[in-house]
Amino acid sequence: MSILINKNTRVVTQGITGKTGQFHTRTSREYANGKNCYVAGVNPKKAGEDFEGIPIFGSVKDAKAQTGCNVSVIYVPPPGAAAAIWEAVESDLDLVICITEGIPVRDMVELRDRMRKEKRRSLLIGPNCPGVITPDEIKIGIMPGHIHKKGRIGVVSRSGTLTYEAVGQLTELGLGQSTAVGIGGDPVNGLKHIDVMRLFNDDPETEAVVMIGEIGGSDEEEAALWVKANMKKPVVGFIAGVTAPAGKRMGHAGAIISGGKGTAQEKLAVMEACGIKVTKNPAEMGHLLKSVLK
Amino acid sequence: MKIHEYQAKEVLRKFGVPTPKGIPCFSVDEAVKAADTLGGKVWVVKAQIHAGGRGKGGGVKVAKSRDEVREWAGKILGMQLVTHQTGPGGQKVRRLLVEEGADIKKELYVGMVVDRGTQKVALMASSEGGMDIEEVAAHTPEKIHKIFIDPTTGLTDTECDEVAGKIGIPEASLAQARVVLQGLYKAFVETDSSLAEINPLILTGDGRVVALDGKIDLDGNAMFRHPDLLAMRDLDEEDPAEVQASKFDLNYIQLDGTIGCLVNGAGLAMATMDTIKLYGGSPANFLDVGGGATTEKVTEAFKIMLSNPKLSAILVNIFGGIMRCDVIAEGVVAAAKEVKLGVPLVVRMKGTNEALGKKILADSGLPIITADNMGEAAERVVAASKGKN
Repeated sequence: MSILINKNTRVVTQGITGKTGQFHTRTSREYANGKNCYVAGVNPKKAGEDFEGIPIFGSVKDAKAQTGCNVSVIYVPPPGAAAAIWEAVESDLDLVICITEGIPVRDMVELRDRMRKEKRRSLLIGPNCPGVITPDEIKIGIMPGHIHKKGRIGVVSRSGTLTYEAVGQLTELGLGQSTAVGIGGDPVNGLKHIDVMRLFNDDPETEAVVMIGEIGGSDEEEAALWVKANMKKPVVGFIAGVTAPAGKRMGHAGAIISGGKGTAQEKLAVMEACGIKVTKNPAEMGHLLKSVLK
Repeated sequence: MKIHEYQAKEVLRKFGVPTPKGIPCFSVDEAVKAADTLGGKVWVVKAQIHAGGRGKGGGVKVAKSRDEVREWAGKILGMQLVTHQTGPGGQKVRRLLVEEGADIKKELYVGMVVDRGTQKVALMASSEGGMDIEEVAAHTPEKIHKIFIDPTTGLTDTECDEVAGKIGIPEASLAQARVVLQGLYKAFVETDSSLAEINPLILTGDGRVVALDGKIDLDGNAMFRHPDLLAMRDLDEEDPAEVQASKFDLNYIQLDGTIGCLVNGAGLAMATMDTIKLYGGSPANFLDVGGGATTEKVTEAFKIMLSNPKLSAILVNIFGGIMRCDVIAEGVVAAAKEVKLGVPLVVRMKGTNEALGKKILADSGLPIITADNMGEAAERVVAASKGKN
């Protein structure tokens, strides 16, 4: 098993005709069961056409009706990205993964409010994230598939390449992954560490979890407290940004220490107090995880 | 994106928030002329830089005559204003705001940010105006009142009155407080702000509620829909190396240390800095070359890092996913040939086309120190920076 996505997932790509959408649809389709998984694309101006054999529909609703797709991946540029997420949510898909980087925070505040008020059932991952991968089954997003290996370690992270770093270390040690989830680096997003942790806890094939965070906000602390109270599996963690100065935005819109809150030291201390083994050396994430396995 | 106080006040006025009358000035003569235009007997001469704490640093002065306006404007314009937010070097003052004096009866604080937990705009208000609000939050958190604003209803009259009462605005001025708070909220939302603060918000002797100061940070990602606000950007206030980097779509932040870092991805870039620190070095910069680095971008990144006189070594840390290691290797070699390196270079690359990338580096004949993992790379670059190879 796995969480969120597997070989039976059927994906619609919003923004399939743009340069980024085309590139990543191609590599995702080549990965594992991708040929069967990628069933539709959306572009209102190109309905009826296809992208290398993948039919293009005018709307997510049409795509769902025609193909039965249940998950969307979004590469739509920032100005239209929040509307694209809403379209997928309104079509009642199970999961919406938004890769787009640079969506205005106001758009996300309005979107999340609407999703809550209308009690929408779709889960959202991202925006500004690498996506989700269940090794040897399906890859949805921009991560390099070949560094992954099927297995029993869950990975959840706010950053892209740092996730690859963790996955690479695990794979080198022979530790495969159940699912790796990039939740994204924006301040207002969909699933948070705590939500993904819940899913890993319930997944019988996930044995242990690597949780990677970074400066800013208090998501990692909340997840840590939840782990302390509920988690049945070992969790190890790393927080990027011990050396980051306050008030400077470190690449991600969400990675900023403001008002003295959201420092790496603070997060690491809470995680340790909650029984999560942490390392200050990102080169040691894999070894640390190995050390907690039974 | 940051803007100046006088620009923030312009924005606030558009949304109905009262401010003192004021005129931005670029020279001493303009300042004196501004005082004449404003009239009255008391003026405030305020340094305009993108940093807080200007008053304590000597950048805000009250003038009681034309001559004093001239004197203060002359002293403040051109000074290196040092505040707790500028760093020890301070920031050169190039603009002034000359304002009419105000009759301050009480100083309050109101501010807005997006709260990540509730995913709503949070209004923060306090009776302790004029002070560093972070200090208030740390020592007397009970003096900060928060309201999480529902995006559909906006900030309601009831919410305004409640919070205004808590921070000590008298009954007679509640209607004015509503104008200010709702104006601030509207300004925050409609300009895509990430932070909006009025500190202090004052109650005047005659019961008016006025924004004596104003600070607005804008969401850079939303500026595509605000060309008018984008025009307020003042490049003089930004680090020249950071401005240069942004032209090449490089995410660069200058730091205090000596070891330059070139990394793909923001999280990995921060983690690389942390690892350098762990092995006893200190990072000279944060630099994320992003996912689409080309030879040109890598060369430019090297130039920017090398423009830092404190630089003692460079660490390149790449996890090639979509980005291929051979492309980065070619970029590094081209950059090393174009710009004189002068400091040791350690390269760690992993992922797609790793072997080919390593071969390109080896064949280049350049004195590149290689490493297989992040820990080893950090250890080697720290040693190299101290002259121990």
